Amino acid sequence: MAVARLRVEQAGPMTTVQDGGRFGWMRYGVPHSGPIDRLSFEAAHTALGNRLDQAAIEVSLGGAALVCLEGEVSFAVSGAAFVSAADGLDGGGWGVGTLRAGMRLSVKVAGEANWGYICFAGQVRRPPWLGSLSTHALSGLGGGRIVAGEEIEIDAASAGAEARAFGAPQSWAPISNARIVIGPQDRFFERDALGLLVQESFRASAGFDRMGMVLEGPRLPPVSVDMVSEPALRGALQVDGAGRVTMLLADHQTTGGYPKIATVVAADVERIAQSTAGKTFRFIPVTRQAAVDIYRGSQAERAEYLSRIRSPESLSSRLLKHNLVGGVADGLGFKE
Amino acid sequence: MTEAFAIRPVGEAAMLIDFGGAISTTVSDRVVSLDAALSARAPAGLLECVPAYTTLLLMFDPLLTTFEALEATVLEAMRQAGTSTVEATEFVAPVCYGGEFGPDLAMAAEQLGLTPEAVVSAHLAGEYRVCMYGFAPGYAYMAGVPPRLHLPRKPSAVRGYPVGSVMIAGAQCLITTLDMPTGWWVIGRSALRILEPEKAQPFLFKPGDRIRFEAVDAARSGLRGG
Repeated sequence: MAVARLRVEQAGPMTTVQDGGRFGWMRYGVPHSGPIDRLSFEAAHTALGNRLDQAAIEVSLGGAALVCLEGEVSFAVSGAAFVSAADGLDGGGWGVGTLRAGMRLSVKVAGEANWGYICFAGQVRRPPWLGSLSTHALSGLGGGRIVAGEEIEIDAASAGAEARAFGAPQSWAPISNARIVIGPQDRFFERDALGLLVQESFRASAGFDRMGMVLEGPRLPPVSVDMVSEPALRGALQVDGAGRVTMLLADHQTTGGYPKIATVVAADVERIAQSTAGKTFRFIPVTRQAAVDIYRGSQAERAEYLSRIRSPESLSSRLLKHNLVGGVADGLGFKE
Repeated sequence: MTEAFAIRPVGEAAMLIDFGGAISTTVSDRVVSLDAALSARAPAGLLECVPAYTTLLLMFDPLLTTFEALEATVLEAMRQAGTSTVEATEFVAPVCYGGEFGPDLAMAAEQLGLTPEAVVSAHLAGEYRVCMYGFAPGYAYMAGVPPRLHLPRKPSAVRGYPVGSVMIAGAQCLITTLDMPTGWWVIGRSALRILEPEKAQPFLFKPGDRIRFEAVDAARSGLRGG
């Protein structure tokens, strides 16, 4: 099997290995981790014809630069990742290229978003934890942080992908209305605070990491912070004693004693997470039934987008498989 | 099952079953029993259950089941879970109290108006129960700190407590698994490892388990200072 060996020349402090996530262990204090922006992550994998839960490199502020020491491997970048320097490669984002020995891939996080992905046509060689390569940033467990000076090996590397741009999804546009389901701990707030939550606008801030993002806006002081710790999920709008709102992200703490006034619908969590400091939006309350409809709709939209950007190679192999199946069926029909 | 509870939606893909009230063995029993009953049934679309002190979070796939269908399963499971008991394991956790292993013992004693020795013997006399994991991998929250040892958290978190730190805040006690800043009071250190990442099942306790602490001296503790 072909191996590509890369050296990390430079990496921002929040550069980590992430795969589809680590599910089923939250009861032991382990959040799902995985990509902050799942759609961007899946887009780059899809463009390469990869499985959607393969490991990739997540980058944020500071970007990352990789030099190929040995071998060759195709890659795709998505989200905020923007190829700023790559020998023999065109700059740009949302694209596929190939890295060969001696070439350098430098990715910047463009000013329009916070998180980007570098996916490879191959397997990132890192130790899994509990069956997943996702890095839990707080403990470092999983694939781990990517730091300058180290080497990354890509197993089963293939270099046959054609260079192309595949384009961002429609939902890449800045979010102006984020939908929320009120609760589960809204009982800790007075009517005024609940009113402010949906009437005033909020701003994304530079205060973010893989655990959450502080949102600037009106203070929503809880009537009491004397709450027994309850489980928390990605997308929860947690409010501290001073009334400051934080939206929890992939590496969130699994329980917490601060009340969660509302929960952002899954489709909008990553869009807020990708909003750069100062971007404003409002929260729109929806019922839990409406939230399910939104989920269904967004899943269909994502599937449509991903099928549109699918790698041409995997498309042709699928068509071939289809013809083959058809041929076998015809053959059977002929016998009878 | 006639005791009060509430079921609350959490976004589009989760629900929180809230048995209400303060931290107690009775409420924790209800959480643990329902968790076990639901795991045994494994209803379609249920992805993950997260037990906490007084609540149980259920995550589900909204394309495979509905809030209503899962709610009905929960109510049915509650009727049956009410009488069942879940098997609990008892663990003994050796602790080296005070000194370099428990740097907050003296200060905690002062705050409580007790001698450090009295704090240690009161802590040893407590009956502890693992109610939930939370915060970060392997942080097993135990209830059962005797009331006369209840202390509020420090005003701000302090760094530099190694893995295995035994710490208390309010009625809660835990043995740390990561080197993390904390506002809790570190009164000792244990060589017992709650998280062993390299194991297939890396977590020692399960909610409902009972823990007893045992004082050991530094020489026999299996701990290294520094």
